[in-house]
Amino acid sequence: MSMESLDQFRSEVRQWLADNCPVSQRTPAQPGEQYWGGRRAEFPNADAQLWFERMRDKGWTAPEWPAEYGGGGLDEAQAKILKDEMKAIAARPPLVSLGIWMLGPALLEYGNQQQKEKYLTAIVRGEHRWCQGYSEPGYGSDLAGVQCRAEDKGDHYLVNGSKIWTSRADVADWIFCLVRTNTDAIKQEGISFLLIDMETEGISTSLIELISGESEFCQTFFDNVKVPKENLVGEADKGWSVAKSLLKHERKLMSEMGTDIPSVDPRTIARDYVSYNAEGKIANSEIRRQLAEYDMYIQAVGLTHFRGFEERMHNIQGNSPLIMKYVGTEAERLKGEALLALMGSSALGWEGDEFSATEKQALRQWAMSKTLTIAGGTHEIQLNIIAKRILQLPQ
Amino acid sequence: MSLVLNEEQTLLQSTARDFLLTNSPVDEFRKLRDSRDALGYSAELWQQIADLGWAGIIIPEQYGGLEFGFQGLAAIIEETGHTLLASPLISSSVLSASALVLGGNEKQKNDFLPQLANGSITLALALEDGNHHDPLGVTTSANPSDGGWLVNGRKVFVMDGHSADQLILVARTSGAAGESQGLSLFLVDAASAGITRTRTTMVDGRNAANIELENVAVGADQLLGTVDDGWTILEPVLDRGRIALAAELLGSAWEAFNRTVEYLKEREQFGVKIGSFQALQHRASIMYTELELSNSVVMHAASAVDDDPAGLPAIASLAKARMNDVSKLVTNEAVQMHGGIGVTDELDIGLFLKRSRVAMQLLGDSGYHKDRYATLNGY
Ligand SMILES: Cc1cc2nc3c(=O)[nH]c(=O)nc-3n(C[C@H](O)[C@H](O)[C@H](O)COP(=O)(O)OP(=O)(O)OC[C@H]3O[C@@H](n4cnc5c(N)ncnc54)[C@H](O)[C@@H]3O)c2cc1C
Repeated sequence: MSMESLDQFRSEVRQWLADNCPVSQRTPAQPGEQYWGGRRAEFPNADAQLWFERMRDKGWTAPEWPAEYGGGGLDEAQAKILKDEMKAIAARPPLVSLGIWMLGPALLEYGNQQQKEKYLTAIVRGEHRWCQGYSEPGYGSDLAGVQCRAEDKGDHYLVNGSKIWTSRADVADWIFCLVRTNTDAIKQEGISFLLIDMETEGISTSLIELISGESEFCQTFFDNVKVPKENLVGEADKGWSVAKSLLKHERKLMSEMGTDIPSVDPRTIARDYVSYNAEGKIANSEIRRQLAEYDMYIQAVGLTHFRGFEERMHNIQGNSPLIMKYVGTEAERLKGEALLALMGSSALGWEGDEFSATEKQALRQWAMSKTLTIAGGTHEIQLNIIAKRILQLPQ
Repeated sequence: MSLVLNEEQTLLQSTARDFLLTNSPVDEFRKLRDSRDALGYSAELWQQIADLGWAGIIIPEQYGGLEFGFQGLAAIIEETGHTLLASPLISSSVLSASALVLGGNEKQKNDFLPQLANGSITLALALEDGNHHDPLGVTTSANPSDGGWLVNGRKVFVMDGHSADQLILVARTSGAAGESQGLSLFLVDAASAGITRTRTTMVDGRNAANIELENVAVGADQLLGTVDDGWTILEPVLDRGRIALAAELLGSAWEAFNRTVEYLKEREQFGVKIGSFQALQHRASIMYTELELSNSVVMHAASAVDDDPAGLPAIASLAKARMNDVSKLVTNEAVQMHGGIGVTDELDIGLFLKRSRVAMQLLGDSGYHKDRYATLNGY
């Protein structure tokens, strides 16, 4: 698309957002204020519903998906404009969803026509909430080792085993699952990618409490669960390719968290929590250095996102996508520690009215940052990938 | 702002790479160092560089330059980091050329810029009074005398100061150390009475000088910019220099890194390539993430010189602080991962380590730039 038409698109988007994004939806969402969709979902408030419906009708809950499945049909340059314009007014995402972030892109690549029509449309309309059944108690980083078994029973698979760290499996409607369909082949060649309705008989979940105090994730058990064959994505035993493609999208999403608008920003919160010397500098030089280093790192990450985008627009094959999960979550880690350093004991309150909502939120943000360098492929796994794929070091 | 080079800039960069690999590979720098060459760089090569237009790349066409923009210059300087080119590119073509372009009057520009661009003269910026970068701390004095000034003081660590034809002196005409008001810049012939230059032999084998200034008489026509207000020129000049040094550090860090990764694939211990050890792989991967981030930061900084003058101070400090830190990390790891051979003079890695430490100090170490960045951002 030409520069003029992109500029034109930008001003249309800006105007549309100004007219349609409710003012209450123009601040970073606090936990509990996000809309995740699904059969059992309720909107946190009327404005969130209005905002969601307007965006859904534009196709902008999934801006880059084809319009035939309810997406916005935007190209990458247009989608970036929409994202930038939303960021400029701090507009919340109208719908957050593993379906949009991860499953959808994988289905667009590997799903058959029927699957795309059925699942993609339900995702953009917020009708299905998905969870991810990858990790197992014995297989996390070594994901290709998964053992959860799916036996071919003619018209259906019979699934037995368990998944762990399944985020929000307790409220999800569907789960996309890596299952073992072949035990004789080498580990990557016996995996299949199955879509399973969480209401199927034989599925149960138990909640696991996180260090942040939330019960974000579950262990999910499968006990003789019957899954129709039509729920297989791609070919049987070839699910590892689907799995890897999906992981690419998951990591892209996670890489952007560090540069999203933070709900508590160390750079702006400092004023209220530390003392300054006569020159206007934070008096504690160690805290000041820590804040500057975080700030400088996040600038570098933001610029690298932008460079990656520009390289794609110019068809330059760069390596930066493979480092972004690492550096994006590293930025989150630095941010969490900077918040604690800046806020001192004020950030250490667990609950109760002696601490403000912001203070408790800062603590949760810090605790959450610990999960980001683990989920989606740990920091160490990312470094392995860089060593192998980019540096091509001997294995 | 653009974070990819355009076609012309890409072409320039690859021309620079080919030229430098052919005409000044690291071996050439080693020869210069070993011969204790009096000039400290190859005059012949510098003339070739000037003939290519690089000496005057940011100088306007009307003064004999290419007027190609700072991003092109930074791309060339990054390449010079790969081959450790010793040349007056930063002292003369970045710092001094910028001072003249930003602060010179018509006569000064006409007198010096065309000669600077065609390689017939070089200039150097005599800035530091002490052993830490502290431009506001300058106490070298310029006191009024005979309608001009008498300059007294001592300058250290002056890049290419021993060989430059002209010096740009930073001196205090009023105010106290620490104040930006009261600094003035003077253009003086290096052979003027009262100037004593001593070349210093530095760890990087390149050129620097200590300069004694004793009653150096300067006339009103030698003032660059306005009296007491030198800072408005000096600050953007220094930021250009910092970005140029960041570009050089980026090139040299990539080179030291690439050489180290090659070594990890070659060297065997315990019957396997040492690059198969995960302890080394992870350290290499971390360096790689830092270098990728650095590519973006340095490119952004170079484009900001022309596109975002208001944001330049913070952007320049971001780039210099980052490259100081990354260069330190990478050169230390490069030596360590080579083992015993890494600390021999025979291996080039040591040359990268040594140049790194000098370039890190020049125009501000990490502490200086983190402090400045924080101040500029209001904390
Ligand atoms: C908040 C959160 C949400 C999550 N949500 C989901 C979800 O919805 N669905 C899902 O399927 N999974 C989910 N996960 C699981 C996540 O993908 C795994 O935790 C992760 O892949 C690591 O696996 P593991 O926990 O078994 O750790 P392990 O693999 O046992 O790792 C332990 C340590 O060993 C290191 N290690 C392992 N292998 C190597 C190696 N080859 N080289 C160097 N170091 C290595 C790791 O880096 C780590 O430090 C979630 C995790 C978190 C924290």
